[in-house]
Amino acid sequence: MARPVKEINAGSMADIAFLLLIFFLMVTTMDVEAGLQRRLPPMPDENQKQDDVQINRRNILVVRLNDYDRLFAGGEMMDVSQLKDKAKEFLANPANDINLPEREDKVIEGFGNFAVSKGVISLQNTRGTSYKAYIEVQNELVKAINEIRDDFAMLNFGRKYAALDEDRQRIVRDAVPQNISEAEPKDTGSNKR
Amino acid sequence: MAKFSKSGKKSVPAMSTASLPDIVFMILFFFMVSTSMRQTDRLVTVKVPEATEIAKLERKDLAAYIYVGTPIPSRQSQFGTDARIQLNDSFKTVADIRDFIAAERETKSESDRQFMTVSIKADENVRMGIVTDIKQELRRTSALRIMYNARRADTQGN
Repeated sequence: MARPVKEINAGSMADIAFLLLIFFLMVTTMDVEAGLQRRLPPMPDENQKQDDVQINRRNILVVRLNDYDRLFAGGEMMDVSQLKDKAKEFLANPANDINLPEREDKVIEGFGNFAVSKGVISLQNTRGTSYKAYIEVQNELVKAINEIRDDFAMLNFGRKYAALDEDRQRIVRDAVPQNISEAEPKDTGSNKR
Repeated sequence: MAKFSKSGKKSVPAMSTASLPDIVFMILFFFMVSTSMRQTDRLVTVKVPEATEIAKLERKDLAAYIYVGTPIPSRQSQFGTDARIQLNDSFKTVADIRDFIAAERETKSESDRQFMTVSIKADENVRMGIVTDIKQELRRTSALRIMYNARRADTQGN
């Protein structure tokens, strides 16, 4: 005759679970992998003669950060908070100002003709610039481009860039390219590290 | 009144702890899912700068990490307080990045190698000089996809 099986005491289950929990708390980290993603330009071939690509002056916005984290954009000194508007004005050029970058008609697959801005933002820094200031500036530039992309997406698709599907995001990316050039390092008279 | 008067002391019944394991398991699973195993011991202190426009790294397994910062206090007697580069588990110089990248490439599968991203985790107080050196070396080894690691700043207020 089968005896009724005695119930197993589950009182120590909590202890075991706590043990596992504490183990995982110790050996794992919780940092999020996030940041500003960039593509570096490939190294120019040494054998090849360096033919400087002539870019029209009006198509470049030089953003310079010096040793003391002072910011110069387009020749004038400004605060980081002003940079976004400056970059937006430069890239969007709504009034077709002759001092702002020209636009080039390009055929975008799936969208048609669009006058894409030829503007390039050239970011230059010295060895003494602090990383914090550099990232702050990069962030402002990305923010400017993201806002232009959002405007473009709103105008054409009625939605923000992030809410679009893959294909339309590509169209927006083609129409508003992220042309930030991180210039070759220049040693402008500083040996501070 | 007799209705309400209690005869003798009535002890409080013991609280049931039967659901305690369930609660602990729940926390355990949360931590197992949301965290990742620590791979390297940090030899430098890194406090990444803040940014608002950050994008998440899509393929964490395809990342190689370069840490830049001042050595941790226990190593400062040996390595000083100047910003140093840490690759894997030791202090390295810019010249070692080439080998590091080559070794990292080897660990990724053939088809994914082109998508490898080098994540630069630099302290917000380091100077750009060392970061520029790293960038130049990465260009030389044609590891062109990079990410400046940053943490999310509050977009509202300060």
